[in-house]
Amino acid sequence: MVFGRTDRRKQNAVTPLALKLLVAGGFGVGKTTLVGAISEIKPLRTEELLTEASRPVDDTSGVEAKRTTTVAMDFGRITLRDDLVLYLFGTPGQNRFWFLWDELAQGALGAVVLADTRRLEDCFAAVDYFERRGIAFTLAVNCFDGAERHPEEAVRDALDLDPGVPVVMCDARERESVKEVLVSVVEHALAGGASRSPATV
Amino acid sequence: MTGDHWYDDAAGPVVRPYTMTRGRTRGPGEDRLDLIALVVAEDFLTDHPDDVHAAADRTLSPEHLDIAGLVRHAPQSVAELATGLDLPVGVVRVLVGDLIDGGYVRVSRPVPPAELPDEGILREVIEGLRAL
Ligand SMILES: Nc1nc2c(ncn2[C@@H]2O[C@H](COP(=O)(O)OP(=O)(O)O)[C@@H](O)[C@H]2O)c(=O)[nH]1
Ligand SMILES: [Mg+2]
Repeated sequence: MVFGRTDRRKQNAVTPLALKLLVAGGFGVGKTTLVGAISEIKPLRTEELLTEASRPVDDTSGVEAKRTTTVAMDFGRITLRDDLVLYLFGTPGQNRFWFLWDELAQGALGAVVLADTRRLEDCFAAVDYFERRGIAFTLAVNCFDGAERHPEEAVRDALDLDPGVPVVMCDARERESVKEVLVSVVEHALAGGASRSPATV
Repeated sequence: MTGDHWYDDAAGPVVRPYTMTRGRTRGPGEDRLDLIALVVAEDFLTDHPDDVHAAADRTLSPEHLDIAGLVRHAPQSVAELATGLDLPVGVVRVLVGDLIDGGYVRVSRPVPPAELPDEGILREVIEGLRAL
């Protein structure tokens, strides 16, 4: 806090409240499409130290003490009001970037797990991740053309979801559809859909 | 999760992006710099709206000035600064740390990361989304 001269702080009178939602799911499931359907989207470059655990198996050099790799994520901003901003982060799909998720998940309002019924197994890891950390998530089935329409119950059973987890059918290309998905996540969080206990890794 | 299709193009080449930060990977106050932490201009910046460069001390790099220039207009999250200036997040963290030290900016992080915002705010988010 700065005291005095507050009358001169024109443009900074309102510092918005910033919140974030995560968008997870396997490669090609429509994460980038979903974020782009509702917000201006930009790739966000982050860089991570490659630890032994995250170092790619084909990297045998191992001599540099400090080696980093860049990871690109989808990043979108939705201005809900002057004083309320919602940020969307598309989580990186690769296994070796799990450690990055921990930072993203910190303080997240909730998450969307996108699933494609033709390869439901691709979202197991994400479902597992958010369940274990008590982060509210909605399972959104991206209805690709030509994909069989699995009834909600079949998807729920296949993924062994808690009864409280919302399952919604969506079209990641449609803004209205994506709005419903995001509303569902926040409603779920509001209903106490997840216990906010400290992360147990 | 072992299928080949799991691997995507998210992984870039191995690089060393820290030239701009003179090799520093940890900035002061880095623990506070969440991706959505908002960087807010201090009076010093807003009081010199036309010439940050002249007002700023000479140790600031062009990238420092870019950040200062952006946040003078409106608070920006760390992630937005990174995308807006096409800089990796780690670099932005270090540079923002310098600007905090210099008294140019501060960081606003109203909701502690370990807590959910209160019900009222969640309802406002829902209303805001519906109204989009
Ligand atoms: N038919 C159809 N195609 C989609 C839908 N969502 C995404 N796609 C397409 O699927 C491909 C992969 O989507 P993308 O968003 O890049 O997936 P990501 O890897 O999860 O980011 C793109 O060619 C999209 O145009 C959808 O709801 N229906
Ligand atoms: Mg993508």
